Amino acid sequence: MSVLVLVEHDGKSIKDATLATVTAASKLGEVHALVAGNNVDAVAQAAAKIAGVAKVYTASSPALEHQLAEAVAPVAAGLMESHDAFVVPATTTGKNIAPRVAALLDVMQITDILSVEGPDTFTRPIYAGNAIATVKSNDAKKVITVRTTAFEKAAAEGGSGTVEQVDAAGDPGTSSFVSLDASESERPELTSAKVIVSGGRAFGSSDQFHALLDPLADKLGAAVGASRAAVDAGYAPNDYQVGQTGKIVAPEVYVAIGISGAIQHLAGMKDSKTIIAINKDEEAPIFQVADIGLVGDLFKIVPELTEKL
Amino acid sequence: MKLLVAVKRVIDFNVKPRVKMDGSGVDLANVKMSMNPFDEIAVEEAIRLKEKGVATEIVAVSIGPAKAQETLRTALAMGADRAILVQTDEEVEPLAVAKVLAKIAEEEQPGMIILGKQAIDDDNNATGQMLAALLGWPQGTFASKIEVSDTATVTREVDGGLETVKLNLPAVVTTDLRLNEPRYASLPNIMKAKSKPLATKSPGDYCVDVARRLETIKVTEPAKRQAGIKVGSVDELVERLKGLGIAK
Repeated sequence: MSVLVLVEHDGKSIKDATLATVTAASKLGEVHALVAGNNVDAVAQAAAKIAGVAKVYTASSPALEHQLAEAVAPVAAGLMESHDAFVVPATTTGKNIAPRVAALLDVMQITDILSVEGPDTFTRPIYAGNAIATVKSNDAKKVITVRTTAFEKAAAEGGSGTVEQVDAAGDPGTSSFVSLDASESERPELTSAKVIVSGGRAFGSSDQFHALLDPLADKLGAAVGASRAAVDAGYAPNDYQVGQTGKIVAPEVYVAIGISGAIQHLAGMKDSKTIIAINKDEEAPIFQVADIGLVGDLFKIVPELTEKL
Repeated sequence: MKLLVAVKRVIDFNVKPRVKMDGSGVDLANVKMSMNPFDEIAVEEAIRLKEKGVATEIVAVSIGPAKAQETLRTALAMGADRAILVQTDEEVEPLAVAKVLAKIAEEEQPGMIILGKQAIDDDNNATGQMLAALLGWPQGTFASKIEVSDTATVTREVDGGLETVKLNLPAVVTTDLRLNEPRYASLPNIMKAKSKPLATKSPGDYCVDVARRLETIKVTEPAKRQAGIKVGSVDELVERLKGLGIAK
């Protein structure tokens, strides 16, 4: 079986989500990679070095610069004539593009897989992770999105794939990029951070959220996350949100502070290696999943913790 | 401009789903069902576009069992003008839903189709993108802001922040959580909704084969995490963090 992986990149470098996707894809067959963008030779060279990638296809054109689904999907669908599966990281970019490719191929997508059980059998979370379904695809070709936290990352070095240019297809011209309002941060990205400190509604205000969490995150070299309640209350921007409807994370250490542990939040972080919870309510559901819990007032605990680290 | 909104009847988001003992699925017997929360946001956005004078008519569509009528009546009570139920007792996958919606779009010729970004039961996040592909329309997924003139400017919630794209119309838009806060239907509007038109069709009427492509082999509970220990002080916590190698 030959498998086409969509490379997640920002025009300059490969995102870690790609590496986990390569691992998932390699369980199905020989891995080829698609780099779609504009002037992405450096990204293609980097993709060819990923362990396990045999071949890299580069599609380059101004229309592909921002990887809009309307432009990328026909390129991927074209390459699928010679591949058996299209495997994509379940990032916002991947989730935007993969179903569009699936429909062009008349295939039902297998979404957010957690494991590969066989050439056509996979497990995936349903009901916000409250149940795990084992599904078998009867489509001849597969379109799959991968929950990247469920797979080890392939080594970024060590491969020696070939690079081939492919036709970038025409610009459908139905959509255009206007702007990206990127959240600037010196801290690691949530989805690739080793340590995450996350805050909930208990912080009471945006000022207190940042005044207390930022210094702690700096001490731990951690990314900062937030519960949906904290985001909805305006304490933190949208892209801080960890949970079923936000980001799915699985760091080495996840520190949940003032977060009660709603199902929708747990769905986004329960695969973390070690979970630490700080909450004043000892009955909070977060303690049922935490490895280490500390009951108490976060306004006292967090400054003390930051100072003692 | 006419707007099409798609709504799905799902388990209420406040209910904790229980996996059936025989592993065949999630137990939905005697469980409260509601409109998928993301679809509620889609209906609300359509109504706001009508209130702004951008849209002239809102058609709500659901593909599902006879009881999905209730979900459509909710959409009508919120402010949709008429509804279409494509009735089937099969569990219909996003690809088949997209095919039915594409046929309805050809008939109705809407200027925009608004859907929830995902249903909270099967969590596929695929129908809108598939529908856009089948129609050859542009797509604005995970929208947190929609502005419509002769084009649609959609702000999307992406991993690195907020991306804004401009779409030619007609277009497909899928909603994210922060697009709006859906209204509650008032009692007079709930009464009024009972007399709004609701057409019942079948997938066969649109010549769409709804046979499943994915077979569910089994459904299980996720592995449970064991609760760990509680520490009594910040000093103890610091020691633990040192033990984990993340503090010096």
